Amino acid sequence: MPRITEYRRPAAGTQPDYLFPRYASTVKRAPTQPLVLLPHTQTELTGPVFGYGEVKRSDHDLTKQHAGDPIGERIIVSGRVLDENGRPVPNTLVEIWQANSAGRYPHRIDQHDAPTDPNFTGAGRCLTDKRGNYRFVTIRPGAYPWRNHYNAWRPAHIHFSLFGQAMVQRLVTQMYFPGDPLLAEDPMFNCVPDERARQRLISTLDWETTIPEIALGYRFDVVLRGPEETPMENRKGDKR
Amino acid sequence: MSLHATTSQTVGPYLHIGLTWLSIEKLALAGVPGERISIEGRILDGDGEPVNDALVEIWQADSRGIYGGKRFRGFGRSATDGDGRFRFQTIKPGRVPGTDGKMQAPHIGVIVFMRGQLKHLVSRVYFPGEPANANDPVLALVPAKRRGTLIAKKRGKAGALEWNVILQGKDETVFFDS
Ligand SMILES: [Fe+2]
Repeated sequence: MPRITEYRRPAAGTQPDYLFPRYASTVKRAPTQPLVLLPHTQTELTGPVFGYGEVKRSDHDLTKQHAGDPIGERIIVSGRVLDENGRPVPNTLVEIWQANSAGRYPHRIDQHDAPTDPNFTGAGRCLTDKRGNYRFVTIRPGAYPWRNHYNAWRPAHIHFSLFGQAMVQRLVTQMYFPGDPLLAEDPMFNCVPDERARQRLISTLDWETTIPEIALGYRFDVVLRGPEETPMENRKGDKR
Repeated sequence: MSLHATTSQTVGPYLHIGLTWLSIEKLALAGVPGERISIEGRILDGDGEPVNDALVEIWQADSRGIYGGKRFRGFGRSATDGDGRFRFQTIKPGRVPGTDGKMQAPHIGVIVFMRGQLKHLVSRVYFPGEPANANDPVLALVPAKRRGTLIAKKRGKAGALEWNVILQGKDETVFFDS
């Protein structure tokens, strides 16, 4: 591998700004001063490694964390974690969290009048394998109301947190479901102008990972920032 | 192959469900070499109100300036409390090289997540009274009058430091486009 000196900066329209007034809470929380462009030093080019000591192998199955089965539509959520150069990101921590099938989080500030499920906490994690694959078993989350604007509803989503191999690859995002009519009205989903970037937040129904008579499969690939590619002539000795 | 990084989305208000299973406020176990320090601070929004639903992650080298060493991983994660406060007990990192090979002043990388932010904030904590700060290549990129927001302040007891995250206003913390 060539020595990484810099990760790519985002393509226009693919990453949100801090201030996005349609999402009302950004107004008092977005920086107002210009950001300072940070060169990528060792601090930015390295990151923590996690292992199956902290993460339990069973943590990927959100349907098996309690005595009984959670209520809802069982699903498999899987995909690959790649960098922008298409290289798999192996052995990286993936953390997810989500509402239950009624659209309720077991959280002290969630006041939504929908039932909690004693058999569903809604948190999972795993490490990607050496090809960058991850896989979770869960239930399809419900939509839920929020107070951003009158009659605001979040489309069904699963929160994802990923580390990659460098702090500049750190990413928290949300996965959505295909064909959800609430997406059109959701400020978070619509936080970037690039239509293709938004579409990449939507998982696809996947027959390959669907288990007959058990669970539908949804595929969601995640792309983390990738190193700037060195020009071809400088690539001698780069064994990949 | 050329792909684009997945669009960042907010952690939202329920981040604790997914992220606080891993809470690392004490980074250095007994026996890890280095000067013991604590860093505590508050996150305040544009109204000066505490941000009680944020998550702060730190990433630092060990006392020799090595990242990801066997005995000291250097990663911390602390969720803010009702007062907007986060806290870490760690060691002072050694110096690590910058992009030009010149050594940087000791510093800790910081990432902050919260509801109301569609992507995380990136900042750094530097150390008070550190002569190397004057020649640090990253601090040099920050307008002189704002540099102080990146330098922790000494508190009462030895090794106790305070570093606050002010999201808006005249004392606004310097955030980086990383
Ligand atoms: Fe959510």
